[in-house]
Amino acid sequence: MEGSLKIIMLEKEKQFLTGHEIVIKACLDAEADVMYGYPITPTCEILSGWSNIGKQYLQTEDEIAAGFAVCGAVLAGKKAFTASAGPGHILLQDAFSMAEAMRLPFVMVIGQRGGPSSGTVIYSQQEVTLACYGGNGEGYRLVYSPSNAKELYELTRQAFNDAWHYRFPAVLLTDGYLLKTKSVFNLAEITKMVNIPAHALVPEDKVVHWPNIYTLEEELNEEINETKKDFSAISEEISKAESYKTDGIEYLVIAHGIVGAVAKMAVDELREKNIKVGLFRPITLRPFSKKQLDDLFVKNNIKNVVVVESSFGQLARIVRDELAPEIDATFTYIQKPGLGIEVEEIVEFMKKLKI
Amino acid sequence: MAENLAKFCAGCGYPITLMMLNKTLEKLDLQKRAVLGLDIGCALLAWNFLPINTFQTHHGRVAPTMMGFKRARNNSICFALVGDGGAYAIGLQSLIHAAKRDEPITVIVANNTVYGMTGGQTAPTTLCGQVTPTSPKGNIEEPFHGPEMLKGVIKDGAFLARTAVNEPKQLQEFLQKAIETQQAGHFSLVEVLSFCPTNWKTNGVDTINKLNGLKDIFELGIL
Repeated sequence: MEGSLKIIMLEKEKQFLTGHEIVIKACLDAEADVMYGYPITPTCEILSGWSNIGKQYLQTEDEIAAGFAVCGAVLAGKKAFTASAGPGHILLQDAFSMAEAMRLPFVMVIGQRGGPSSGTVIYSQQEVTLACYGGNGEGYRLVYSPSNAKELYELTRQAFNDAWHYRFPAVLLTDGYLLKTKSVFNLAEITKMVNIPAHALVPEDKVVHWPNIYTLEEELNEEINETKKDFSAISEEISKAESYKTDGIEYLVIAHGIVGAVAKMAVDELREKNIKVGLFRPITLRPFSKKQLDDLFVKNNIKNVVVVESSFGQLARIVRDELAPEIDATFTYIQKPGLGIEVEEIVEFMKKLKI
Repeated sequence: MAENLAKFCAGCGYPITLMMLNKTLEKLDLQKRAVLGLDIGCALLAWNFLPINTFQTHHGRVAPTMMGFKRARNNSICFALVGDGGAYAIGLQSLIHAAKRDEPITVIVANNTVYGMTGGQTAPTTLCGQVTPTSPKGNIEEPFHGPEMLKGVIKDGAFLARTAVNEPKQLQEFLQKAIETQQAGHFSLVEVLSFCPTNWKTNGVDTINKLNGLKDIFELGIL
């Protein structure tokens, strides 16, 4: 690990890196100051990697302490983050809901593993609901779902930038397959990004009195309405999705993360067989690119929507919820909780659907 | 002096501890560098009480939050104000590890033997036989001695002490020592025996008598 991290530090254009190393590189390039974390598969290598590069870090007694230490650090004006998975992700929701309420630019990297409970340790897409809506009350957060190594890097950078620019906590939602896979990472292909600097939320030059609990119900109601307004105002600007080969389609596949990458290959294959299918791949799960999805239905006569995911419909629930109610769509699903999904499965499913 | 009127119950011990903290900070000219983190429980009511930076956190979570703050801003003087439940029940894991790692923060624990904000339920510090809404037949356990327990994990230079709200001179002395300990880069905790007439259901005289009685069970002084 240490040897390859030395490579990360060099600005070589092409490198052969694991997803963990790419995340660490992105956090470094985002000018993150400190990481607090607790070892849990499949994100251990982010903590151990970060611990070996001379930056501030601490392995805490649990994910709860890691989360609240991140809160403390961002209150003092440092870019701080954590990385976790599964049961650790649950514990982090405690601190993350404080970050939602206080609008703290808290960044966490989640490597989804199978559930419920300790489940399996490498892969699933079963932490979508928790990542998007895991707080108590109705807080607002940003959730990014990368589909490949390049996006893993870019969206980690984006998560820090959006969190500090708009002051919403942010989740980089990935999985152990993407984190543990080694691939060619080409810096020349990366979109250039200017860092949004951190600033102290509890300033040194004046006194702040900052409540996080309200005596009156009206006060809380006003506060969360304000937050909703702020979130809605930036939603269109920062929501991101890829519409792939979606001209003149009859079928629409919806998938995110690495299943999105697989679905893209399936679409290529199906197009060669003259099946009119395209892909909608949400890159941000919150906010969701609602308009971009609705427009696909306005422009096309879509007979069937196929939502493909490694869970029992966590993405599908978001899609059905976000889709404009006047759009009458028929939904079909490929749901394989905790299992990887291959190109051939999607291709075969679509062929049968067409018949 | 206090920035805003106290929102604590009449006869609460918290404002005494807070006023002593403020006085000590004034004396040491550290108000501008002071940051007060509040646990959830009665401590949260102090959110705008003192003329120093103050924010609320979650129940049991003020110690790790202030650890994160202090590590991010070394020259700040960080306080974690927490009740006996927040410190020794829900937040104990973090408290032990903060002490073990010798985090340079000052934890101030109000020990009134009950969960005040939620109606006087049993706390880790509740006396054996004490009747509370969750121990209607009397608590069957012996009370937890926080500073004594931490004594086994702290490093040289750390400061652990216990005083009471009706020992203002000692309270101020211990708070000053705790701050100096933090400035020297070590962990400090001051447990303050406090009163809660609302949940104790005591009048003035009985409140003081009960508090003084606690001193026989929770020994005052530096550990």
